[in-house]
Amino acid sequence: MTYLLREIFRSGKFVVGFWIFAAILLTVVIYPLLVPDPPLAIIGRGTFFPPGIYVNGYDAVSGTPRYTLNIRDAEDKRIEGKLTADDRAAMQEWLVAAGTPEAEINIEDTQALLDTWFATFDPALRLPGMTNAQRNYFIRLNGSIQNLLSTDDIIIAAENPESGEMEEIDTLPPSAYVNVNQVPNVRVLPLGTDNFGRDVLTELVAATRISLQIGFVAGFVATLIGLVLGLVSGYVGGWVDDVIMFITNLFTVIPSFVLLILISFSIGQENRGAFLIATVIGLTSWVWTARAVRSQVISLRNRDHVNLSKLSGHSIFHIILRDILPYIASYVVMAFILQISSGILAEAGLSILGLGPRTTEVPTLGLMMNWAMIYQAHILNKWWAYFPVILAIALITFSMNLMNTGLDQVFNPALRE
Amino acid sequence: MKGYLKYFLGKTIWFLVTLVAAFILNFILPRLMPGDPVAAIVSRMAQGMSNASGVQAIYEQYTELFGTDQSMIQQFFLYVRNVFQGDFGFSFSQYPRTVADVLRSSIWWTVMLQFPAIIVGWLIGNTLGAMAAYRKGAFDKVLLPVSIFVSNLPAFGMAVILLVIFAVNLGWLPTSGGYGYDLIPSMSWTFFWSVFVHYQLPFWSIVLIAIGGQAIGMRSMSIYELNADYVKYSRFMGIKDSKIVGYVFRNAMLPQITGLALSIGTMVSGALVAEIIFSYPGLGSTILTAVLGQDYPLISATTLIITIMVLTANFLIEIIYGFLDPRIKAAQAD
Repeated sequence: MTYLLREIFRSGKFVVGFWIFAAILLTVVIYPLLVPDPPLAIIGRGTFFPPGIYVNGYDAVSGTPRYTLNIRDAEDKRIEGKLTADDRAAMQEWLVAAGTPEAEINIEDTQALLDTWFATFDPALRLPGMTNAQRNYFIRLNGSIQNLLSTDDIIIAAENPESGEMEEIDTLPPSAYVNVNQVPNVRVLPLGTDNFGRDVLTELVAATRISLQIGFVAGFVATLIGLVLGLVSGYVGGWVDDVIMFITNLFTVIPSFVLLILISFSIGQENRGAFLIATVIGLTSWVWTARAVRSQVISLRNRDHVNLSKLSGHSIFHIILRDILPYIASYVVMAFILQISSGILAEAGLSILGLGPRTTEVPTLGLMMNWAMIYQAHILNKWWAYFPVILAIALITFSMNLMNTGLDQVFNPALRE
Repeated sequence: MKGYLKYFLGKTIWFLVTLVAAFILNFILPRLMPGDPVAAIVSRMAQGMSNASGVQAIYEQYTELFGTDQSMIQQFFLYVRNVFQGDFGFSFSQYPRTVADVLRSSIWWTVMLQFPAIIVGWLIGNTLGAMAAYRKGAFDKVLLPVSIFVSNLPAFGMAVILLVIFAVNLGWLPTSGGYGYDLIPSMSWTFFWSVFVHYQLPFWSIVLIAIGGQAIGMRSMSIYELNADYVKYSRFMGIKDSKIVGYVFRNAMLPQITGLALSIGTMVSGALVAEIIFSYPGLGSTILTAVLGQDYPLISATTLIITIMVLTANFLIEIIYGFLDPRIKAAQAD
C-alpha cells in the first residue's frame, strides 16, 4: 500500500491534479470559517457591482479622523477621473468645429485637452451649422468643466430636525484624506456582486461545495450500480450477463442527458433538491463503469487463484469480495473520479436549461451560470459573474482528469512514457 | 457479401431495438414520476396560458391525443401511433403552433450545426493526437495538457469564452441568433451571409471541445499501436517508416470511430447547451423555452427527436465502420 501510494505520488500528472483539487477543497472548507455570511444574502441594491474594495462613504466623511496630504498629482487624477469619455468626445467635437486640426487633439491627454479647451473656447462664438441648443450644450459643458477645476471646499450640511433648515456641520477640503483602516465599514468584494446583488465570491465557494457534493453523490451512486452490475454480469455470465449487457448497451447509445432532462422535468420544480438531482445523475451514468468492471472481471474469472478459491468452497460473495475486487479496485477508483467530474458537468448543463436543483439557501455552480446567462452577464461584459464559475468547473474537472490520467499511467505500464 | 450482410443486418436490428427502447423510455419515464406530469399538466394547464379558447382547444386535443382516460398500454400504442403520424399535439408555450411545427423549424439548425462541427472536431483532434504520439517532444508536451484542459471545459464554458472574446470585445461576430434579427429567411445572399456569420461561433466552440477529447484518445491509441509487436517486426523487416505509420494510424483510428459512435450522445448534449448560450434557434433553445413555459408535449417530443438523431448518427457510424474495418472484410471472405 505504501509502495503504491509512493508510486502514485511520483506521477507528475497525479500530483498536479491532486494539489489543484486539494486547494479547491481547502478553500471550500476554510473560506466559510473566515466569512460566515449566508451565501445567498443580498447585500447590493442593484446588479453587477464590479470587484473592488467598497469603502463606506458616510463613515468616510463623518466620524473618521481626517488627514491632510499634499500630493502633487491629486488634482490631475481627480479631473481625469471625473471627465467622462462623453465629455471628452464633445470637447473634441467643438474644437474641431472651431477649426483646431483633429490631429492635434488627443482626448486621452487630459491636461493638454483642457489647455486647448480653455485657450480656444469662447461662449459667444457662433459656429456655422451649429444650432442654438448645441451652443447651449457646449456652454453648459464649459461650466461643468470649470466646476471640476474648482478647489473650493465641499460643505457638508445636515438638516436641523427642529427648524428644518440645512446647517453646515463640516467642510471637506480637496486635500482631505481618510485612512481606510480607520473607516469602520469597508467591504472587500473580490469578485463584485451578481445580478441579485450577492457577493459572488461567497456564493461561488458555497456553490463549489454543493457542486462537489452533488458530484460525489452522483459518482457514488453511478459507481455502486456500475460495480454491482459489472461484477454480477462478468462473474455469473450466462443469461444474467446477456440481460445486463443488453441493458448496458441500450443506455450506452441512448444519450443520458436526454433521460436527465426528461426525469428532471417530470420531477417538477418543487421537488428538485440538490441530492435528488445528484441521485438521478448517478442513476443515468453508470454504464461506463459497468462495462469496464465487467471486462475486467471476465479476464479475472478464470485465473488460478479464483479457481482455487472456488475449489476451497468459498461462497460467490466471498470470492468476489476477496479474490476479484482487490484486482479491479484501481479501475473502480479511476471510474469514480471520472464520474464525479461528469456529475458536476451534468448538473451544470441541467441548470442552464432551467432544470437544476430548486434552491433557496444554497447555490450550485450550474445555477450561478444559469443566473449569469439569464441576466446576460456575458453580453454586458460583467466577467466576474460568469468567468469564475467556468474557471471553478474547469479546475475541478481538470484536476480530476489529471489524477485519473496519472493513476492510469501508474496502473497501465503500457501508457508510461 | 455474406459477411457484410450479417454485419449490417445485426446493426439494423440493434438500431430498431434501441429505437423501440427509446420510445418506451420517453413514454414511461415521465409517467413513472410521482405526480404523473401528463395528468398533472392537464389539470394545471391554464397556468401558463392566457388564451382562453387555446386552453379549451388544448385540453380537448390533449385528452384525445394522449388518451389520459385510458389504460397505460393503450396510451402507449396511442403514443406510438401519434409519433409515427408526426402528431405531437399543440405546444403549450407557443400556442397555436403545433409541436411538430416548432420542431420542424428548429431541428435543421441543430443538425446542420452539430454534425459538421463534431466531424470536423473529430478529424482535427485525431490528426493532432496522432502527430503528438508520433512526433513526441515539445509538440506532445504542449498539446497534451492543453487538450486535457480544453476537453474538461464544459461546452457552454467554451461557448461563453468565445462569445465574450469575439462577439462582445472584438465585435467581429454577432452575439446571438441564427441570422440577423432584421432579416426574414429567404434565398438571398444577405441572408446566407448572415447565417454564415452567425454560424461561426457556435460551430467553433463545438469543434474546439471535440478536438480536445479526440486528441487525447487518439494519442494514447497511437502510442499503444506504435509499441505493438507488428511495428517492431516491420521495422526489422526494413519497411519504410511512412508505410508503418500509415498502418499504425489506420489501426489506431478504428477504436476512435467506435469511440465517436459511443460518445456522440454526450457531445450532442454538450452542444445543445452551447446552443443556448448563443440563442441559436436549434433544439437546445427549444428545450429551454419548453422548460421555461412548462411545455410538456414540446419537451417530450424534443427529447425523443434528439434521441432518434443520436441513434441514427450512431447507426450510420457503425455502418461506415463496417466498410473500414478489415476484419469485417475478412469475415466476408469466409
